[in-house]
Amino acid sequence: MLSRRDFLQVAAATTALIPAGWSQAFAQQRLTQSELLAFSPVGNVTLLHIADIHGQLVPLLFREPSINLGVGESKGLVPHLTGRTLLDHYKIAPGSAAAYALTSEDFTSLAKSYGKLGGLDRIATIVKTVRAERGDRVLLLDGGDTWTNSYTAMLTKGQDMIDCMALLKPDAMTGHWEFTLGAERVKEIVDKLGFKFLAQNIRDTEWNEPAFEATAMFERGGVKIAVIGQAFPYTPIANPRWMMPNWSFGIREDELRANIEKARRGGAGLVVLLSHNGFDVDRKLAARVSGIDVILTSHTHDALPEAVKVGKTLLIASGCHGKFVSRLDLDVRDGAIKGYRYKLIPVFSDAIAPDAEMAKQIGKIREPHEKMLREPLGTADTLLYRRGNFNGTLDDVIGDALLSERDAEISLSPGFRWGTSILPGQTITREDIYNATAISYPAVYRMTMTGARIKEILEDVADNLFNPDPYYQQGGDMVRAGGISYSIDVGQKIGTRISDLTLLRTGKPLESARDYTVAGWASVNEGTQGPPVWDVVMSHIAKKKVVSPKDGGRVRVVGG
Amino acid sequence: MKLSINRRQMLTIGAGAAALGMLGLPVTPAYAKNDSDEAIAKFTGGKAPTAGRVKLDLPEIAENGNTVPMTVSVESPMTEQSHVTDVLVVTDGNPRAGVATFHFSPASGVAEANTRIRLATSQNIIAIAKMNDGSFYSATKAVKVTIGGCGG
Repeated sequence: MLSRRDFLQVAAATTALIPAGWSQAFAQQRLTQSELLAFSPVGNVTLLHIADIHGQLVPLLFREPSINLGVGESKGLVPHLTGRTLLDHYKIAPGSAAAYALTSEDFTSLAKSYGKLGGLDRIATIVKTVRAERGDRVLLLDGGDTWTNSYTAMLTKGQDMIDCMALLKPDAMTGHWEFTLGAERVKEIVDKLGFKFLAQNIRDTEWNEPAFEATAMFERGGVKIAVIGQAFPYTPIANPRWMMPNWSFGIREDELRANIEKARRGGAGLVVLLSHNGFDVDRKLAARVSGIDVILTSHTHDALPEAVKVGKTLLIASGCHGKFVSRLDLDVRDGAIKGYRYKLIPVFSDAIAPDAEMAKQIGKIREPHEKMLREPLGTADTLLYRRGNFNGTLDDVIGDALLSERDAEISLSPGFRWGTSILPGQTITREDIYNATAISYPAVYRMTMTGARIKEILEDVADNLFNPDPYYQQGGDMVRAGGISYSIDVGQKIGTRISDLTLLRTGKPLESARDYTVAGWASVNEGTQGPPVWDVVMSHIAKKKVVSPKDGGRVRVVGG
Repeated sequence: MKLSINRRQMLTIGAGAAALGMLGLPVTPAYAKNDSDEAIAKFTGGKAPTAGRVKLDLPEIAENGNTVPMTVSVESPMTEQSHVTDVLVVTDGNPRAGVATFHFSPASGVAEANTRIRLATSQNIIAIAKMNDGSFYSATKAVKVTIGGCGG
């Protein structure tokens, strides 16, 4: 653990390298709360945005992706820049606090210097500080993926997050993973939420009527603000449809246009889309649907230190897991944005003081489980992480666990974008595994599939990630495949991206008609049988003691 | 490498997956062709329809391929002088192309119909509108039918 004094010295030593660029906070001499929050206010409205917290109440390590390929019109554009390319693009010095927060470059050594980010108690401090400074001009909006994917969130069906968010008092939210709590639970929560749950793009399947409110109107700083919610359009495809059988989603551009028109007719001087579309979908949507002033993006977990402008629309990307809070100040006059200032505030947990009220609530939630969650299972031999288009090292460990614990030739693990990172030499705790696996459909199935079927699955998922038209992209990152290697050419069409499929156990090419034993989890099919994935992974780690992925480099990216 | 494929798979490979020859894994072409061209030609009497005026409202990705909501509408004043008489809807990837034909008259008021359709695989849906002056208009929309999962 780094002492505060060490921390300041590290920060001071690295800041000398920082040229004018991302954020004034990092051009200063050291990381302090006041510097991190420093902001020269503009205009009459302040939007605060958080998204994709994934149930994480306490500070954590999260390594940003080293591979995030853009296809079609997004090729070579943010958020598809990673590592050094991203640093150069935003003129951020390698080794700086900003470089650590935004990229995977030197993650292990920088993590030791700068420590963990996030924590809802630190976020509460930031929100309260901005509210104190800006008074009635502030709107706090939550982009969703808030209520799930930690142990306590799973145990309480999201109640831990709901109780903490009640203290943070957002003005509205939308959702995605929320729906994996099941429709009944979602309705029960939304009825008592105390703020708006907005989703203009969800209809009931029988009568095609709106299932949620589309828009909420607010008055802030004398401006009438319409916030329109857009839930993740492909929730019933990417996640189990049987959990929300009576709701139909989709992008629903025409309905959105109608909602924007209605909001403008109702006197809105500012229209904000609180979106869980994912960045590329929002970029396309901004170019096709006029009248949106700001899109607060989420889902794809991108953290961008500057707003992206599409026509007259500003796109904001606020990262994930509570690593960042976005502050967007707007000068809104005569129904348009006349000026703005934006800052992606990194929540460095050693620099920002926890809010006492929120810290107490988090403590109350975690106390009964803290001992169990901290229980060591083994040690990480190498850096373990998930996020990236293809297998992360933590995914490979999960894959190895599925293969050995379920005696399978091939493993399939979902391309979720969430889960905390574990440093080399660090103890792997039960909480680390829950943070990567806690879902409401965790059964590990074991079944046979033909080589042809496996290829079909890989092609199908690859098209959901690399279809050049973002409206046809559906899910998370690429399915993680263990026990096999393959080549992928992301620039090809469905059916021709995947080649050289090889079974690692034999070194032989996969045969189309042969049956292979496959273990996997997070099946979207109802009634999937098998032990929960966390038990399988914990059992594997407990046996191995020191864990590193067995078969790294199993995906070769060619062409593109 | 030993290939064990039946005649049907062999034909699939031949038709749609030449690039995969080395691996020998059959794939179903995402946008296969059926008798849609013939069905359209029969409907239009061989005339090529003009793209436009027709709107197909379908999801980009189907939530359930067995029942995909579809709305087709045509811009038209729907008067005695100018109206839509018929709308043909076909798909190019189902085993059979035909989906529905809707009939309209000025008494319809608007040329709009909605129903649910079944899609066997990812494919294009094509709607052709026949106007009372004998002209034809069309719209095409690709809908993906996916295995799903992996939800972010």
